Amino acid sequence: MSNLSTTATSPPEKILADGLFEVFADFFVELRAAGVPISTTEILDAVEALRYLPLEDREALKLGLAAALVKQEGHWRTFETLFELYFSLRGGALSVLREATNDDVLGDGERLSASELAELALRALMDGGPELMAALARASVERFAGMEPGRPVGGNYYVFKTLRHLQTDVLLERLLRHADEAGGLEALVLANEYRRRLEQLRDEVGTEVNRRLVSERGPREVARAMRRPLPEDVDFMHLGREELAALERAVQPLARKLAVHLARKRRKRNDGRLDFRATMRRSLSSGGAPVDPRFKVRQRSKPELWALADISGSVAAFARFTLQLVYTLSSQFSRARSWAFIDGIDEVTDLLHGATDLPQAVQSINMQADVIWTEGHSDYGHALSELVERWGRELTPRTTVLVLGDARNNYHSVHPWAMAELARRARQVWWLNPEPRSYWDTGDSVLAQYALHCSGVYECRNLRQLRHFVEQLP
Amino acid sequence: MTDRRPGERFESPTAVNAGLREVGYLADEGIAAVVFLADRLGKPVLVEGPAGTGKTQLAKSVADLTEARLIRLQCYEGLDEAKALYEWNYKKQLLRIQAEQVTQEGETWAELEEDIFSEPFLMPRPLLEAIRATEPVVLLIDEVDRVEVETEALLLEVLSDYQVSVPELGTVKAAQIPLVFLTSNNTRELSEALKRRCLFLHLDYPSVERERAIVTTKVAGIHSSLADQVVRTVQLVRALELKKPPSVSETLDWARTLVLLGVSHLDAETARQTLHVLLKHQSDIQRAAKELTTAGT
Repeated sequence: MSNLSTTATSPPEKILADGLFEVFADFFVELRAAGVPISTTEILDAVEALRYLPLEDREALKLGLAAALVKQEGHWRTFETLFELYFSLRGGALSVLREATNDDVLGDGERLSASELAELALRALMDGGPELMAALARASVERFAGMEPGRPVGGNYYVFKTLRHLQTDVLLERLLRHADEAGGLEALVLANEYRRRLEQLRDEVGTEVNRRLVSERGPREVARAMRRPLPEDVDFMHLGREELAALERAVQPLARKLAVHLARKRRKRNDGRLDFRATMRRSLSSGGAPVDPRFKVRQRSKPELWALADISGSVAAFARFTLQLVYTLSSQFSRARSWAFIDGIDEVTDLLHGATDLPQAVQSINMQADVIWTEGHSDYGHALSELVERWGRELTPRTTVLVLGDARNNYHSVHPWAMAELARRARQVWWLNPEPRSYWDTGDSVLAQYALHCSGVYECRNLRQLRHFVEQLP
Repeated sequence: MTDRRPGERFESPTAVNAGLREVGYLADEGIAAVVFLADRLGKPVLVEGPAGTGKTQLAKSVADLTEARLIRLQCYEGLDEAKALYEWNYKKQLLRIQAEQVTQEGETWAELEEDIFSEPFLMPRPLLEAIRATEPVVLLIDEVDRVEVETEALLLEVLSDYQVSVPELGTVKAAQIPLVFLTSNNTRELSEALKRRCLFLHLDYPSVERERAIVTTKVAGIHSSLADQVVRTVQLVRALELKKPPSVSETLDWARTLVLLGVSHLDAETARQTLHVLLKHQSDIQRAAKELTTAGT
């Protein structure tokens, strides 16, 4: 490795010669396979960067490669995971652990009893030093994961097993009790830090398990087994709890983009007619030659947004996303109004505005919004006709209507006239459907009858599709 | 690409880090590595991240460090060629033509045309100015996400080839490759073409250690234990679901306020009373105050 410590002038041929290039090439291919969009130019940049980056400094190498290859923050995690698989060489961790235990009981972590390890975990989590955390993860995996070569199980199994034996919930409880003793503000601050460090420990254990798998099976194999959709490709319907939290963070900027987008539309260029008077006035400074034509500012009205969200059980997972979107929109876009419906419909604009965060908003919608008419199964026909009857007169040619739902009507009356009326009064109606396109108009889905009147119907099952929708808006 | 050699302004990422520290910018490894590479590869850096994390300041500090002139192009909606690249000084051109009519020296139209479309009548705007500069410059293209997608194309020639084409004059090539920083608040997705030409740096809220160091350096007379408390409390506040989580500049404001108030130990009550310095939305303040109330006093 030492002959590879590149100075600024050493050519990449050195990497080529050592067969290291193969590893990098493999890494690039795997990144692409994982869905990170990398162009040839970017690979060339990365290889060029290798010429200058100190190969023995893994952190600098990682960050430098990322700068050339990863152009979107959401892809960073995928990159980091793969980088760890391909270039994980961690030194010095064990020596730190020895210091921490103050003696040499820890030959290989094997001889540490479970309770000793728990004590060590407690100390590592309170201290929070990265080396100690890494060492702890290493010792725990050694002790608890029971990894055997050739066993055909995925890394997640080992991670789960290690964490269960470490009893992370008991650890958290003890940590929180310790935090409480501090009292006052310090207690809150500590509790927050301990929670975060426990998350960190989970990550570390994952990294350690992967490292061991790699040494057994090789990086390509492990990477392939771990291939997971990018955050923007995960289906809203199949989100896990953690992914939901990630989704919340991701929707926020998108909703802001949508708001910005709608706002931007009304501020586009003044391509109005020639303002003859102003042009003549300006021409005086150029001796009467009208070199600087002035144009009339075209009056543009402020657009409004109406969002209608299906919050029935059949789209429960989607509804959470929907409400997130609607909530964020209402906080970003002052002229947004929102409705929630199942078989009845109720305006929830004020409930959303009054809430300080999403959980509170959801709670107040559940408690106060009158969205159930008879039985609580979605009935688009009734909900839409009620909307038109009660609020239809407030629609203006400036209003954009956004319907979020699967159009599964439970075989109730469709009332397509309501949608026609909506479309007639509003500027445009967009429909976002959380179902795959192939499911549309099967069973009790009546999308086609409504789609007839919409300006556009979009499949919206993941963030990528949502982003696509936001960005293609005319 | 051109035959101009990329710069060798810095020795190593570590040197960048140390240099930035000297001019008062506390970078981390990621920032240092990217700035170092940008110089070596001769590529622009696209800096993205939430507001108030020091994106613009990074460009300014690098300019300080390399003793270069900072040329700044502030982007906004409706930014056009005339404001970004160059513009012909038509008033001066008109005067020239009128002077011609008065003197009647029998110059042909072709000669005159050549004359009025030459250097003295050109008004360089930031991009052209940066390209033509002979002294070291750092070009900062601020908030590039504010321009429309179509306008982005204006930047591409400058960013990839470091040249500007002026139809009447020909192509102006850069004498030296300037360091270029583009910042974005990510209000919209930038085009692939632009991203491909840049190195990417995501600036997030700093780690506890880095933010503590920033507070200690930037806030005069702050005791280290207070700095520690401030930064860790800010971490707590950022973990809440807020419309606008506090940025580094707000942390600094808060720390300064506390120092001015003569606070030596931060408790829940003091924190609650000064939250308005840290947070800008009323609902955020309420949300954080509620959280802090659970701490009791």
